[in-house]
Amino acid sequence: MSKGSRRLKTGGEIDRSQIINFEFNGTQYQGCQGDSLASALMANNVSLTARSFKYHRPRGIMGANSEEPASYVELLGDAASGSQPITTIVLREGLRAKAVNCWPTPSFDLMSVNQLIKNFIPAGFYYKTLMWPNWHFFEPHIRRIAGLAKAPERAPMSGQYESRYWFCDVLIVGAGPAGLMAALTVARSGARIVLVDDGSLPGGDLLNTKELLNGQPSKIWVNNVIDELDNLKNVLRLQESSAWAYREQNLVIVTERHPAPKQLIQRTWRIRARRVIIASGAIERTLVFKNNDRPGVMLASAVQAYINRYATLPGKRAVIFTNNDSAYQVAEDMIAAGIEIAAIVDCRKDPAPTHASPTGDIVHKTNHVVTKVVGRRRVRAVNLRSNATGDIKTIACDLLCVSGGWNPTVHLFSQARGSLRYEDSLSTFVPDTAAQANVCIGAAAGKFGLQEIFADALEAGHRAAIDCGFKILELSAPIAQTSAPYSIEALWHSNSDDLSASSFVDIQNDVTLHDVHLAIREGFGAIEHVKRYTTGGMGIDQGKTGNINIIGAVANQMNVALAEIGTTTYRSPFVPIELGAIAGGREDSAVLPYRHTPITQWHKDYGATMYESGAHWRRPGYYAKVGESLQQTINREALATRENLAIYDGSPLGKFEISGQDAIKLIEMLYTNQFSNLKVGMGRYGVMLTEDGRILDDGVTFKLHDDHYLMSTSTANAQTVYRHIQRFLQIERPEWRVWITPLTTQWSNATLCGPKARQVLSQLNSDIDFSSHAFPFMGLREGTIEGIKTRVCRVSFTGELSFEINVRSRDALKLWERLFEIGKPLDLVPIGSEANHVLRVEKGFLSLGHEVDGTADPYDLGMSWVMSKQKADYIGKRAVKVRRGQNRARRELVGLLTDDPYRLVTEGAPLTPDGKLEASEGFVTASVWSVARSRSVALALLADGRNRIGQKAYVRIKNDVIPVTITQPCFYDADSELMRS
Amino acid sequence: MLEITCPFCGPRSETEYINGGPSKVNRAESPDGFTDSEWVDYLILAPNPLGPVKEEWCHIMGCSLWFTITRDTVTHEILPSPETSNE
Ligand SMILES: [Zn+2]
Repeated sequence: MSKGSRRLKTGGEIDRSQIINFEFNGTQYQGCQGDSLASALMANNVSLTARSFKYHRPRGIMGANSEEPASYVELLGDAASGSQPITTIVLREGLRAKAVNCWPTPSFDLMSVNQLIKNFIPAGFYYKTLMWPNWHFFEPHIRRIAGLAKAPERAPMSGQYESRYWFCDVLIVGAGPAGLMAALTVARSGARIVLVDDGSLPGGDLLNTKELLNGQPSKIWVNNVIDELDNLKNVLRLQESSAWAYREQNLVIVTERHPAPKQLIQRTWRIRARRVIIASGAIERTLVFKNNDRPGVMLASAVQAYINRYATLPGKRAVIFTNNDSAYQVAEDMIAAGIEIAAIVDCRKDPAPTHASPTGDIVHKTNHVVTKVVGRRRVRAVNLRSNATGDIKTIACDLLCVSGGWNPTVHLFSQARGSLRYEDSLSTFVPDTAAQANVCIGAAAGKFGLQEIFADALEAGHRAAIDCGFKILELSAPIAQTSAPYSIEALWHSNSDDLSASSFVDIQNDVTLHDVHLAIREGFGAIEHVKRYTTGGMGIDQGKTGNINIIGAVANQMNVALAEIGTTTYRSPFVPIELGAIAGGREDSAVLPYRHTPITQWHKDYGATMYESGAHWRRPGYYAKVGESLQQTINREALATRENLAIYDGSPLGKFEISGQDAIKLIEMLYTNQFSNLKVGMGRYGVMLTEDGRILDDGVTFKLHDDHYLMSTSTANAQTVYRHIQRFLQIERPEWRVWITPLTTQWSNATLCGPKARQVLSQLNSDIDFSSHAFPFMGLREGTIEGIKTRVCRVSFTGELSFEINVRSRDALKLWERLFEIGKPLDLVPIGSEANHVLRVEKGFLSLGHEVDGTADPYDLGMSWVMSKQKADYIGKRAVKVRRGQNRARRELVGLLTDDPYRLVTEGAPLTPDGKLEASEGFVTASVWSVARSRSVALALLADGRNRIGQKAYVRIKNDVIPVTITQPCFYDADSELMRS
Repeated sequence: MLEITCPFCGPRSETEYINGGPSKVNRAESPDGFTDSEWVDYLILAPNPLGPVKEEWCHIMGCSLWFTITRDTVTHEILPSPETSNE
């Protein structure tokens, strides 16, 4: 080993000929193809890689996979990403990373002053501080020091996220020995499978150990299985992909971190499987003693992975501290790699590991525990204590390997609501009863012997294939080396008088044994309470290595069995997932594309500014001329309508045909007013309520023929109204013979309005008589215009003479262009939704989202005339009666005129009693500059408004009060003579 | 995301449906026969058990059928239920 490098000359799954350049905390380094960021840093002898969350203690690399509790980094540059475990980042050329939680670097961290104030941040600190003395006193400091990586400031410059749905017979999570064996078994049966693995290479723990299978290195078996799977059409294999959530009905969410298509940043799969085989392995846990978080304290299994897979030495002289047998196998590999083992410290009195019983110079300390690590930025020595005598001894070392035993990775099983049970012989929780069609196998089921794992996987694979209706071919498992039986003795923390605040049970969140004890003393003994009070297990790593030590500490302290304490709820995501990956490509416009009328291009060519106008329809907002201000444009368009001639594109209006012998029964149930006396060829304005008596929608319904009606709804509400009707018909009145046909997009319309509207129509080649006696207000006429089949409706949303000319959508542009041609000499002006808004406010017509805010009923809006007294029943009638019976003052629709006619009030602004800073008594629903009145006008919902007409009211805006006079909610043509003309 | 079986189209993901809340008694033919408080109860009281509940769903992105399922509110398990609202 050369000075400054910890890389072995040979071995490992790395390619020394392929050098990879990367940056960490601003310094350039080199690694090899096959490295993780963690192994590359370790090979470069960087041992201080992080600062801790609360206290900014120096931290190093502790794990080798997603269990890593200590070192999290932020990726910079084009691959920018928030907090990621340093161990799961595959080294790639040009990678730039930065440790989180430290400024400016981990070795010189200005925030570490927090270590001095840790007594001020005990368990429950946030709860206590939020109440007393004043959170704001602490907040700036806490916000600066706590938290993890900053979210990237901008989206990636290139590439995109993708989201996919997938279906399969069997989903296998994990490509370790169990997962591969199970996958092969199911795949050969012909069932459609997905095999997901979160490592950069398949093989799971086989990559980290020197196991032989069939007498050969395990790699050969792994590669053979992978080759076979990759050649089968019924297999989808997702490598470097984390299954991070298990939802209802066997839906597993998987994020692929480096999908093959180059343009993809990440891809998330939502996989619905008939059966799920969980072969997620097991995670080694830490042991709890003083300073168990120092750089150089590592999980024994991680040390083994760095030696065997990455050919990197985590230290030179090591102490191993264990309560179980697995660490002895690690010792063997460490010796083979040239690490000096100073001592194996085993808390058990009489361990009998068959593996590598310590020989030679190795000091084997049974019935001893490590009580303390000496050294701040790196382990320098450890203190051991004899359980028998209490004697303390110090041993110098630069590496402490800890093994607290193994926890089956039950996260997905538990997210799927499977129950766990405490297994004494393993000192851990294992899967008990599955709640969905899944099974845990191998180490995830608490089976740690390789031969036992293969047998388990074969059986589970067989069962899954048969359950899905497939036949099984003969298949046998490879022969493993005789593996030792596993034995463990529970040790939740070293017993010592020196258990100060720096014995960590959750290294990521800086939660100590002391915090857990404090939580219990303060009455938060239930495990879910301990979690929230201490934040233990709430970090990004979800306490993968430490949670059980918290449970153990609580059990010890309260003197009950672990089984009684239980676990906290496992939640997704299992590993940190980028928000972009969750959203996938499902941006607004991709999920709900905009809808365009057939006249859209004409509008754009004419200079329209297009708006969304409800229900994702894009519509002209206004057609600005060069040199006009927005207000000037709106005034010009509105004035043209009032004084001359205008046209607008009304195509998005909701349209339905209702037919059948019970059609009128349905219409009478939907609308508050009467329709049964409507004549063929005539329409009527109606208001619909929800069953709780609030306005749902308004519109005009025409009688086309007997038992055949045409209903129009507001643009934004078309879908809502359709659902409302369908629900009523299907659930409440399935026996009614009535059919509804949505026709919104089948018919488009051009609406001509203004005093000269009839002049245009009279010049058209049409078989319809447009004169006022032949075609009255609210009439509907069918015929042709310029050879185009049409339905013309005399309705008005502007208060002017108005003809809504409906044609099939494919004819819409032709009609529009013809109308424009004829209208041009008459100074026809196209108008947008802004001018429409002015015109309807001048008339006091209600508008959804303005006056109809989900609380108003027709009485509130002064529309008692629309509430039929004759009809026995309609939807919402009974509820309105209940409300009206209460005699409480309601907010009622009124008009507002500002004292200063040039002052516009703000839409949405509150009205308060006398303009004082008090609870509001209403609000402004609409406010416009009226072209008809040459002044500002507004509508408002105001408490007891109708009784106050003529009185003053006050609109309250920031730092000002606007005095107004309350008026009738109509500012133009109060008798509506013009639109009937 | 639940997997819900539409009686007409078969099993589909929850994203294709809208939830219409727990099933209630059918709307009375003559609401005037109820007292105010009875009608308010009908409007606002919905079954909300910890366990199986019958609820209305609509296959809005599919066939628009409204139908009833029995869902366990604790486990999200959808229990076998032969009935649909329009049978
Ligand atoms: Zn359907």
